[in-house]
Amino acid sequence: MAASSDGMALVAADLVKTYSQGRGTPPLRALDGLTFQTEEGTVFGLLGPNGAGKSTTVKILSTLARPDSGTAMVAGIDVGRHPGRARSAIGFVAQKQVSDPMDTGVENLVLAGQLHGMSTRAARSRAGELLERFALTSAARRQVKTYSGGMARKLDVAIGLMHRPQVLFLDEPTTGLDPEARAEMWAEIERMSREERMTVLLTTHYLEEADRLASRLAIVDAGRVVTEGTPEQLKSELRGDAVVIELHEASVISRVLESLGRLGGFRDAAAEGRAVRARADDGGAALPLLLAALDAEGIAVASATVSRPSLDDVYLAHTGHSFAAVHAGSSADARTELEEVAS
Amino acid sequence: MTALTNQARVAAPPATARPSFFRHTAYLTLRQLRAAARVPAFVVMNVVQPLIWLLLFGQLFTSVVDIPGFTGGDNYLEFLTPGIVMMMALFGSAWAGTSYIQDMDRGVMDRFLTSPTSRGAMMVSTLVYQALLTLVQSLIVLGVAWLGGARFDGGLGGILILLLAAMLLTASFSALSNAAALLARNQNVLIGISQLITIPLMFLSSALMDTSLSADWVAEVARFNPFEWAVVAGREALGASPDWASVWGHLGLLAVFTAVLAWVATRAFRVYQRST
Repeated sequence: MAASSDGMALVAADLVKTYSQGRGTPPLRALDGLTFQTEEGTVFGLLGPNGAGKSTTVKILSTLARPDSGTAMVAGIDVGRHPGRARSAIGFVAQKQVSDPMDTGVENLVLAGQLHGMSTRAARSRAGELLERFALTSAARRQVKTYSGGMARKLDVAIGLMHRPQVLFLDEPTTGLDPEARAEMWAEIERMSREERMTVLLTTHYLEEADRLASRLAIVDAGRVVTEGTPEQLKSELRGDAVVIELHEASVISRVLESLGRLGGFRDAAAEGRAVRARADDGGAALPLLLAALDAEGIAVASATVSRPSLDDVYLAHTGHSFAAVHAGSSADARTELEEVAS
Repeated sequence: MTALTNQARVAAPPATARPSFFRHTAYLTLRQLRAAARVPAFVVMNVVQPLIWLLLFGQLFTSVVDIPGFTGGDNYLEFLTPGIVMMMALFGSAWAGTSYIQDMDRGVMDRFLTSPTSRGAMMVSTLVYQALLTLVQSLIVLGVAWLGGARFDGGLGGILILLLAAMLLTASFSALSNAAALLARNQNVLIGISQLITIPLMFLSSALMDTSLSADWVAEVARFNPFEWAVVAGREALGASPDWASVWGHLGLLAVFTAVLAWVATRAFRVYQRST
């Protein structure tokens, strides 16, 4: 197959998508020149808060929505020009449940295979294989409406894998799952990317999920990719360790910042609530000096931590706001959305 | 390259569209039949109301047939039965779009649309399913009418034509309901639109009353009412000496109407995707 002659399994080039919001309100610019590309066989993560444009990107690459402008390619196929061919090459696991609750697990899988042109016999054998792999064999003949959230999500992924797609879209595969089910799903996705030579586009708003699963990732903010690379690359761009000093009262923050400046060796110092964050090349050595200096000034410290840079730091450095802060606002929406779907 | 990836390349389905339309229609119709078989109460529930109308109106208006100028025979229950069958078909199909709404609320619709599933099959499978539902329900209504004393001179042939008319009526209005579902994407709006359309169609017809007794304009409007086409075709076919030109003429109109609506409704998938 002429799959990705340039070696790219996924290409999003300058995607723009606006949604009209009714009269009087300006259209919502969901994508604002979003651009990235992925090599074959990688798990590529799109990381960003809700509303950043991740789902819209997935909808365009999977032929569901059309961009206002820009090009989207999947497995070397231009999805705007040949949506039919693109559909044969992809598997799609939406943010919402993609299985039919009235059908059993095996019926869902076989139907998905049949719709992809598999013979009923081939679909049955593939369904059996996937049910076993996802530890759903004992529930295979039960209606999906009796499944737990974690089981239903695993079935969704299995449905996406039925026809052995070249590219699999996983739109927030673990949102709404309890920690145990999430860990299980992570293990499955890791195994999947190892065993089947397949490109996975994973969207998530969990930093740890992107860090653990994605071999490359792009951070998306307000419809644009703000930075891209392997998680390690992105973290090493931020030289040095993160040092966080938590204080009992915010009033002494300016004095702490002054001390940091006098000491030297600290960069990017910034206040956040009652805490001060900074970077240091060797955080372990710099911290005792800082604590001693603060002690000499009579400033009481509640806690002090040194850590290797996290994706949260990367996010903060590139967007100017902490991921946790954005996410705290949006996760409540995500939950109500999920509850609406469930009810 | 491993055996696994070789298999993946082979698994890519052929790009022929025609045969997949019929296969996909069969698979998707079976999916809905499975769901109905799991909740048979739903199938029966839709019949309860028509049966109440049949028995209630049948008792209430027994002497309608004695009104001078009534041309619908001398037994009101026999006159009413085809009307009730078509009313059931009309009201039942108005709800057809509900299954699309459910698929949209979940990710099922989006999954189908991002797979090589035939759009035509997605539409036609729901029409076939709804028509089969109507078939079963119509047989129940006919059985109860028979128990109530109605006798149909048209015999088995007449009944088959009545069923065909009811199924075509169902398919056409199910297509309309599906299109409304794709455009409105909301259950309440869907029901609102359906009621807005079905209630006037029912009264601007001879389902309950011979239109030769109504105001002239009602009879005139009814001639252009697809619901009336089904009522006339069914009632004529059940009669002792059917006007075959009228039966086949009305069936033909219904068939064309169904095909046009199914085509238009399938186009509505594009609008749905454009606004996604």
